[in-house]
Amino acid sequence: MSGQPLLSVRDAHRDYPHSGEPVHAVRGVSLQVTEGEYVAIVGPSGCGKSTLLNLLGAIDRPTTGSVTIGGTAVSALPDKAATHFRLTNIGFVFQRFYLLPVLTAQENIELPMAEAKVALAERHERARELLGYVGLAARADHRPAELSGGEQQRVAIARALANRPIVLLADEPTGELDARTGGEVIALFDRLNREGMTIVVVTHDEKLAGAARRVIHMLDGRIVRDEPLLRRA
Amino acid sequence: MRFQLAALSLRRHASRTLLAVLGVAVSAAMLLDMVMLATGMRQSFASLLGRNGFTIRVSPRGTLPFDTEATIAQAGDATAAIARISGVTAVAPVLGTTIHVLGARAPVTAFALGVDPAVQGDYQLLSGRDPAANELVASDALLRATGARVGDTLDVAVGFDPQLRTYTGRRRVAISGRARFTYLSADDRAAALQLATVQAMGGADRADRASLFMVRTAPNVDPEAARVAIERALPRVTALSTAGAVAEAERRLSYFRQLAFILGAVSLIVGFLLVTTIVTVSVNERIGEIAIMRAIGVSRIHVVQQIVIEGIGLSLTGAAAGLVLGVFTAQWLNSILRGFPGLPDAIDFFLFQPNSAFRALALLVASGVAAGIYPAWRAASLPISATLREEAVG
Ligand SMILES: Nc1ncnc2c1ncn2[C@@H]1O[C@H](COP(=O)(O)OP(=O)(O)O)[C@@H](O)[C@H]1O
Ligand SMILES: [Mg+2]
Repeated sequence: MSGQPLLSVRDAHRDYPHSGEPVHAVRGVSLQVTEGEYVAIVGPSGCGKSTLLNLLGAIDRPTTGSVTIGGTAVSALPDKAATHFRLTNIGFVFQRFYLLPVLTAQENIELPMAEAKVALAERHERARELLGYVGLAARADHRPAELSGGEQQRVAIARALANRPIVLLADEPTGELDARTGGEVIALFDRLNREGMTIVVVTHDEKLAGAARRVIHMLDGRIVRDEPLLRRA
Repeated sequence: MRFQLAALSLRRHASRTLLAVLGVAVSAAMLLDMVMLATGMRQSFASLLGRNGFTIRVSPRGTLPFDTEATIAQAGDATAAIARISGVTAVAPVLGTTIHVLGARAPVTAFALGVDPAVQGDYQLLSGRDPAANELVASDALLRATGARVGDTLDVAVGFDPQLRTYTGRRRVAISGRARFTYLSADDRAAALQLATVQAMGGADRADRASLFMVRTAPNVDPEAARVAIERALPRVTALSTAGAVAEAERRLSYFRQLAFILGAVSLIVGFLLVTTIVTVSVNERIGEIAIMRAIGVSRIHVVQQIVIEGIGLSLTGAAAGLVLGVFTAQWLNSILRGFPGLPDAIDFFLFQPNSAFRALALLVASGVAAGIYPAWRAASLPISATLREEAVG
């Protein structure tokens, strides 16, 4: 595992204002993720995993500390620039798939490309290619309601890949799937990482965590253990 | 893709969207009708007065045409004096009176106009011909009331006193034609005779008198200049131009206009609230989707645009449907009001004028834009991570 640090978090804190005492969701996290890594963040519910992932993805800003992604200090970006940064550099996958129900699988994948002003023909071609990649070429014209949970999550992964992000971030991507469809998602992540994609997943799923090459344990807003798993090397 | 998303979002709840569009259509129709009401009476009144090119009405000083029983003396000289004024092309003297058609049954009372058939602007012949001396043209209502037909002769009295059974003049008058009276309603009993006949039957009181002169001016002449010249030439009269008459009528109808304005504003507000409500509800149920869109990099402005487009879509469709609905209801209301007693047939309460109609509908669509802004702003300013936490992640 060599190369430049792609993601870098320096002494990040994230406090949520709350009636009375503020909630310290992340309290002093420093972390580096190198290009090509496959990292799982695990820990009990409420320990700050999602908060950290949102900081890593420029969805949220640390109260103090900094986050740098691919050389850009995203924690200092104003909203408009952060939005554009997410569009072009970050791929997000969520626990609930949240495809737009009114769009077909293909249109859902095209949405971020349309936002990035990719030409129509190229959009179609890339969406088709991605559908093929996630094994859903035959489902291009289906709407989310006509797809199973696992299929929807694979479309969501294809959507996350649409603008060729530099990192894929996933928050409990198998949280709502059964073992078999969850397995499909795990296999897809595995293949993506082998092909060079940097991946950070937050998960409760031991199978998913086990598939990662490095597991970061969190407790009460802090990293308590950071272990590379070399058995898959 | 914003247009597509907006259209698809509206279609997603087709029945809700349909109901909202219907609601907007009703408020648009109401708004349109109120605009048509506010302008319709003035317009149709102006066109009624302007018929046959008459632009000035001359009545006894300080009165409006046919407002009082007063008359102008030396009508012959006055006619000649007005005709000499530059720009005046024709003068039509009119003397109004009440006639009684005597017969086997109780006398039938009618309104009679003494006119100069060659230049008059008070009636349109439906059949027969203009009245010669001792002839009259009658409205259908008068023919019905007397049971007479064109060609029959009536026993007509003027200045009739039913108690004393006396009159100032009584003649046998032949019916030369059927006519529609421009300034009277369809069920008014009315007749037109030659001015000289009416003057003669009115006795000494009416000799050489007129209630009114209707004056035609050349198209290239400012009626206002002619109007001023008439008042200067004849100190005993008031001359009223069509524009002045319309302004006067407008003053008297200002209640209508205020009512129309208030009801129109209310419809606009109702339409606005309806669109706001629907778009707000639709945004609220998509809050998770919107947070995801923002998270994957859809810009705030595009989210706002999509939602505003939905509001515009609702109000535009509603306005289009409202246009049709409004025109039909206006026609229907017009037909009801036309039966209102005592109003000239030619007055339309609701008049469709493309300009003001489209301006009103544009206002409604603009309010649809405004209606989308609040829900759009809510959607765009929602905190992404907190919303995702509630909606999309564990
Ligand atoms: N928007 C928020 N407002 C207030 N408290 C929050 C918010 N987001 C997270 N928290 C709190 O921060 C802590 C960490 O939350 P989170 O990062 O979602 O944990 P995890 O993903 O590990 O379950 C929790 O105590 C949670 O209640
Ligand atoms: Mg979480």
